[in-house]
Amino acid sequence: MSMPASNRRNLLWLQSGGCGGCTMSLLGAEGPDFLTAFEAAGINVLWHPALSRETGHEAMAIIDDILAGRIVLDILCLEGSVMMGPNGSGKFHMMAGSGKPMKDMIDALAQQAKHVVGVGSCAAFGGITMAGGNPGEACGLGYEGRTKGGLLGDDYIDQSGLPVVNIPGCPVHPDWVTETLSQLALGLMAPDHLDGYGRPHAISGTLVHHGCARNEFYEYKASAEKLCQIGCMMENLGCKGTQAAGDCNKRSWNGSGSCISGGYPCIACTEPGFEEPGHSFVETPKIAGIPVGLPTDMPKAWFIALASLSKAATPPRLRKNATADRIRVYPQRPKKGKNT
Amino acid sequence: MSRLVVGPFNRVEGDLEVRLEVVADRVKTAHVVSPLYRGFEEMLKGKDPRDGLVISPRICGICSISQSIAAAEALGAAQGLVPVPNGQLVSNIVHAVENIADHLTHFYMFFMPDFTRDIYRDQPWFADITTRFAAMTGSAVQDMLPARAEFIHIVGLLAGKWPHTLALQPGGVTRVVSPSEIQRLLAILTAFRRFLQRHVFGCEPEAFSAIKSVAALDAWADKQPATSGDLRRFLQVSRSLDLDRLGRATDRFLGFGAYRHPNGHLFARGLADISGPLQLNTGLITEDISSAWMQGNGQPLHPFEGETTPDADMADGYTWCKAPRLEGQVAEVGALARQVVTGNPLALDMVAQHGGNVAARIVARFIEVALLVPSIEGWLRDISPPDPFMQHADMPDQGQGAGLVEAARGALGHWIRIKDGKIANYQIIAPTTWNFSPRDHTGQAGPLEIALQGAPVRAGETDPVSVQHIVRSFDPCMVCTVH
Repeated sequence: MSMPASNRRNLLWLQSGGCGGCTMSLLGAEGPDFLTAFEAAGINVLWHPALSRETGHEAMAIIDDILAGRIVLDILCLEGSVMMGPNGSGKFHMMAGSGKPMKDMIDALAQQAKHVVGVGSCAAFGGITMAGGNPGEACGLGYEGRTKGGLLGDDYIDQSGLPVVNIPGCPVHPDWVTETLSQLALGLMAPDHLDGYGRPHAISGTLVHHGCARNEFYEYKASAEKLCQIGCMMENLGCKGTQAAGDCNKRSWNGSGSCISGGYPCIACTEPGFEEPGHSFVETPKIAGIPVGLPTDMPKAWFIALASLSKAATPPRLRKNATADRIRVYPQRPKKGKNT
Repeated sequence: MSRLVVGPFNRVEGDLEVRLEVVADRVKTAHVVSPLYRGFEEMLKGKDPRDGLVISPRICGICSISQSIAAAEALGAAQGLVPVPNGQLVSNIVHAVENIADHLTHFYMFFMPDFTRDIYRDQPWFADITTRFAAMTGSAVQDMLPARAEFIHIVGLLAGKWPHTLALQPGGVTRVVSPSEIQRLLAILTAFRRFLQRHVFGCEPEAFSAIKSVAALDAWADKQPATSGDLRRFLQVSRSLDLDRLGRATDRFLGFGAYRHPNGHLFARGLADISGPLQLNTGLITEDISSAWMQGNGQPLHPFEGETTPDADMADGYTWCKAPRLEGQVAEVGALARQVVTGNPLALDMVAQHGGNVAARIVARFIEVALLVPSIEGWLRDISPPDPFMQHADMPDQGQGAGLVEAARGALGHWIRIKDGKIANYQIIAPTTWNFSPRDHTGQAGPLEIALQGAPVRAGETDPVSVQHIVRSFDPCMVCTVH
């Protein structure tokens, strides 16, 4: 059953200072694919840079119609950072065919839009494009790193009372996009569905740590020392799963994946400022042997006490497996031929 | 003479503007503008060398794995480290999955929707092509998206996610593969073969990759109705529009080599023109900044010495893209270039007849799809689960290395110099940097700029459809181009 035309909501998707990877991730949506999810929510894509037939003058005509109020814009999605540089001029991204800085086009379209969505950590916070001293003067729609503001300013609120809705991640999980946009299109998103960074609680209410397949190693502080070892990666390899937003280990990626199941640490790509951790991404900074980044909501003294206790109690199986590349010691089972 | 500015030129992965001078219904000159600068080379300076593996894949969301492999190879070269055999096999597998997925995305979502334009309303194939390939609503995308998504499960299992994995390391991969997982992955390939058989080729991939000449390709196309598969649909369109006469550049083809095995690459590293193979010396690659909004001393530089200093007010500039040249000359890169360099008979015959062209670039991608599916199956069977998947080495305080690989859309290079344990210089030349490069100090235009010369423009066209076919035949990635 498709939505009656009057209930359809118009969506415009723009890309600026990013890699296009959030769209690529979205194309991998399953159960159902993203076009079906959009259809179910009555989302009508006015134009998308990777997907629409319209190009050049045809695309500009759609944008002109929105700016002139001839087409209602329900949802504006931006993928990629806003490029403010050099020196605030926006010349690092002049929108092709328009002769105008993309930042100004985004701003003008945001003023017309009923809701504004930052798709991915670049559009939300600035993201990877802000790394290394931020040569492009990149920022997000509503944030510059952890600081409120960004392109649209710190007081931006849409007509329904929502701030910029931020779907974090580098890239986003496709379901985060389809579910958030569906709620918005159906008028079901309220301010209290969002956290302090404008991220839906549906995404950020869960930590990457939840559902981590290495949890038993975490519990006993049985740590991997190098990549391609199956122990917990928090102590030595920079894993931020205990602090980072996301249900990455409860809702798998591309079938059965997650960063941790792929054997590498969570780099907290859903968090503002992830691009500049202040240390190598695959190394845990420590003070007096204690990791600097503690699990979310965990008092330091308790963490130290519990960690030393659990280290002392680590079963040999976990201690051995933690630094192996696969399970070398299996859980104890009854000997062959014996009944339990 | 009239001037046309085409932009935003979409379905190209990123933003693109093409400026045309049209004389007597033909494009006389073209200038290609890459309008986005992000500054990855500046960002990477001063970082821990290992952080290149996190940052540089994020140059591109469509060839992220290729970027990872280039970064890992460059670091490995500086460390004196190569992947262990199992690591190389997994790297080849996920790389091939990305490249096949990219070929499908390009064909189904970026390239074919242009044939649903009203300008083709009178063509006998118009109704079928429109039903099949209408952007976002055609039946093809409904078949392709689920098949592509399930195919990428291979990357999900082996490398955590796509895009932007950190699984690919200089010494191998971060995760072992078990015997049971190999069986699961082979089953995914069986499902993918069914999609290819049913919707793309109308036959097993081996039957398509056995085609050795244009004549044999024509005969293959005629053997079944065009509606029996999407590749035959394209060949029918191509014949009626003479797409093999459109979009010729300089016929100088460059490939860095893809999918390593102990004796080299599955697709060879090399340089070729229509007369045959040429000597490739990657030490003679330079980047020229004459037409880029970049500062420098004006001398084209090898990427180990390369500089990236943006200046939006350069009077002579018209793009953020530098102009890579090999021995001072332009080179075309991509699936067609790879297959010409590696000596695929059909690719060689296609360019022998009409040089590099729109149709040949499309067909070459399907040659690769057909060759790579059995290769992935072979690599999976070659994995030796009991053996290691990764080895380690220290990062040197000083050193340099190059990582030269093939993304779906062509040759990709990363060049890193390490000093005092930090990245002193990191330069990247992406495939579309080659193909969409601007004019250099000698006035030599880039491959696309040359390929567009002479393209027909119909009366009243503001966004000439021939220009769209030519541009998209390169499968450009604009986010990579400048990075």
